Amino acid sequence: MKIVVCIKQVPDTNEVKLDPKTNRLIRDGVPSIINHDDKAGIEAALQLKERVGGTVTVVCMGPPQADVALREALAMGCDDAYLLSAREFGGSDTCATAIIISSALKKIGYDIVFTGRQAIDGDTAQVGPQIAENLGIPQVSYTEELIDVTDETITVKRQYEDRYHIIEAPLPCLLTAIQELAEPRYMHAGGIIDAYAKDITVWGFEDLKDVINPDHIGLMGSPTKVVTSFGKMPKGAGTKLEVTPEEAVEAIIAKMEERHII
Amino acid sequence: MDFKLSKTHLLQQEMYRKFAENEVKPLAEEMDETEVYNLDLLAKMHKYGLMGIPYSKEYGGVGGDYLSYALCMEEVSKVDGSTGITISVHTSLCCSCIDSFGTEEQKQKFLRPLIDGSKTGCFGLTEPNAGSDAAGQQTTAVYDAETDEYIINGGKIFTTNSGFADTNICFALTDKKLGTKGISAFVVPLKDEEGNAYPGVTVSENIKRMGIRAASNCEVSYENVRVPAANRLGKEGAGFKIAMKALDGGRIGIAAQCVGLAQGALNEAMAYVKERKQFGRPISAFQTTQFKLADMQTKIDAARLMTWRAACIKDAGENYGPAAAMAKLFASDMANNVCREAVQLMGGYGYCREYPVERALRDAKITEIYEGTSEVMKMVISGAMKVNAK
Ligand SMILES: Cc1cc2nc3c(=O)[nH]c(=O)nc-3n(C[C@H](O)[C@H](O)[C@H](O)COP(=O)(O)OP(=O)(O)OC[C@H]3O[C@@H](n4cnc5c(N)ncnc54)[C@H](O)[C@@H]3O)c2cc1C
Ligand SMILES: Cc1cc2nc3c(=O)[nH]c(=O)nc-3n(C[C@H](O)[C@H](O)[C@H](O)COP(=O)(O)OP(=O)(O)OC[C@H]3O[C@@H](n4cnc5c(N)ncnc54)[C@H](O)[C@@H]3O)c2cc1C
Repeated sequence: MKIVVCIKQVPDTNEVKLDPKTNRLIRDGVPSIINHDDKAGIEAALQLKERVGGTVTVVCMGPPQADVALREALAMGCDDAYLLSAREFGGSDTCATAIIISSALKKIGYDIVFTGRQAIDGDTAQVGPQIAENLGIPQVSYTEELIDVTDETITVKRQYEDRYHIIEAPLPCLLTAIQELAEPRYMHAGGIIDAYAKDITVWGFEDLKDVINPDHIGLMGSPTKVVTSFGKMPKGAGTKLEVTPEEAVEAIIAKMEERHII
Repeated sequence: MDFKLSKTHLLQQEMYRKFAENEVKPLAEEMDETEVYNLDLLAKMHKYGLMGIPYSKEYGGVGGDYLSYALCMEEVSKVDGSTGITISVHTSLCCSCIDSFGTEEQKQKFLRPLIDGSKTGCFGLTEPNAGSDAAGQQTTAVYDAETDEYIINGGKIFTTNSGFADTNICFALTDKKLGTKGISAFVVPLKDEEGNAYPGVTVSENIKRMGIRAASNCEVSYENVRVPAANRLGKEGAGFKIAMKALDGGRIGIAAQCVGLAQGALNEAMAYVKERKQFGRPISAFQTTQFKLADMQTKIDAARLMTWRAACIKDAGENYGPAAAMAKLFASDMANNVCREAVQLMGGYGYCREYPVERALRDAKITEIYEGTSEVMKMVISGAMKVNAK
């Protein structure tokens, strides 16, 4: 079974700060980590490999520094790694990102593709589904559990708003992982030594040229145009009432009526 | 000269730090209170390679170097000194004797299970009447030509890990007349195949101690313990040299343990002084507090550099003994001072068992004693300096 996991390197914080001048994420000085959902995807992929055999390949699009995210995945036990890195890829939005990653996946090959549900910095949850669309394969988002796998199908439990779905999908297929899918293992100390002894395949634009349309990638190829981005305005201090529960109900209802909420 | 850690070392450091934070730290206080080492934790350390860092992959080890091992020792000791010594005695005292002096067959038989995760080791040199003067061994090993075995009789004290270890390196006299040249080293199992005590071996209860209380530390006595001659490391009479060599390397690990204990205590104190308010402001606003922390961090860094230097000299295959002794001498003194200051910065709360600096201070004391006391370190260093030579 050829299992591929797409991982994104993200800043290690849930509170990404924006540069007030440029409105871009401030990445300097913030340590980078593998996106949490993606790490759960790696763990699920490794467990799947332990169950049915095969290989686990990790793919990351990002700057050369993203190398360390791939080394970490290798040290956890993944077999090989691809870094998609090129000036032409810079400024890609989710659509362009998915085009680049799916082009690479066409060359790498796959039976099951894992992505995270969403990245903690971009937070769109779009890349996984877009990759599946580009590849023309089925997708299951919000995968919480892998129930069964055969040569032709995979059965998974999918988290939904108020229920779970048990879904059987034909292979090849793409699953977007949520953190609950699997508790990631640590890197193995010896795995770290091996990870740095391995070669990571770095693909630039030239390497994907035959399967990619240059007009659809990078800043120019991205349909999303960021007009402005801004942080949340801090809320005011609020009003504190020292009253009985009954009086509190009265006061809250009165406020809501005053604001035409009810 | 390059003071930067390589990428491999940085990633290992990150992994050891996460492991220590998530797996060791939550158990440290309870293990100290109960004076029992958590064996599930030990198994996890084996699983992720923490018990075989500077040993070749050929025998199931991690394939790292001594610097890697020092990084691990620092990270785990930041949160728990007992875990530090558990790893250290296994790695640099027990495994190193077999790695450096064992035959290929002995490495396959004894080293492999110790570093591939199945067994834990200990090292028995100290006896009730032979501490700093390790040459004063009284335990004997008599060769029995009929069975090609040695028969060991005697007793060791303060054998770390012996409460749960499987494999022990035991030092015993094969020839009383020859002094240090009459000491030999043996791989002695503490358990048989079924996990019961090896015939003739008795391991005492844990010795009650001031610090590193979670570590297992017992008396081990030998009564007509028979081991095959094939368990002898090196030639007859090579034991003292083997022990001294192991301790030279071990001291790098202890120096790293000191750096970890101190850095861990400093980190706790740093967080505390920012929160604690007296005289209307955080105590971190007082310059005496700031300067004290600056002094502490400076000393920690100096000790860390000495430790890394000793590790690098060892990794380069050069004579690291004096550098290791200096690192341990300085770092152990530093750790005691820094941990004491950390308690001071935290006032009465720092003195309470609820806060980890109290434990760090108790744990730090032993670093001036084991694997050679500070006085013994000075003997090693001044000896290398040839102070007393004509
Ligand atoms: C330098 C830089 C410049 C950018 N410029 C723009 C811009 O100009 N306009 C704009 O709209 N956006 C821009 N972005 C944001 C970028 O489009 C998104 O971060 C990216 O497309 C992923 O979307 P997301 O974070 O919402 O991921 P999600 O869709 O939330 O991620 C879901 C999953 O998809 C996979 N995935 C996502 N990204 C990658 C990746 N790079 N490699 C491997 N797997 C991945 C992961 O498995 C992830 O868990 C920029 C980002 C960077 C780093
Ligand atoms: C918790 C713990 C764990 C240990 N683990 C192990 C282990 O795993 N394996 C093992 O073999 N041993 C172990 N030891 C033993 C340890 O290495 C010895 O305690 C240490 O070497 C000191 O020996 P001693 O206790 O007999 O003290 P002594 O040698 O009696 O020393 C007492 C004091 O006299 C000083 N002194 C001695 N000789 C001189 C001299 N010539 N000049 C100046 N001062 C001198 C010493 O420095 C010390 O201050 C451990 C000890 C402890 C407490």
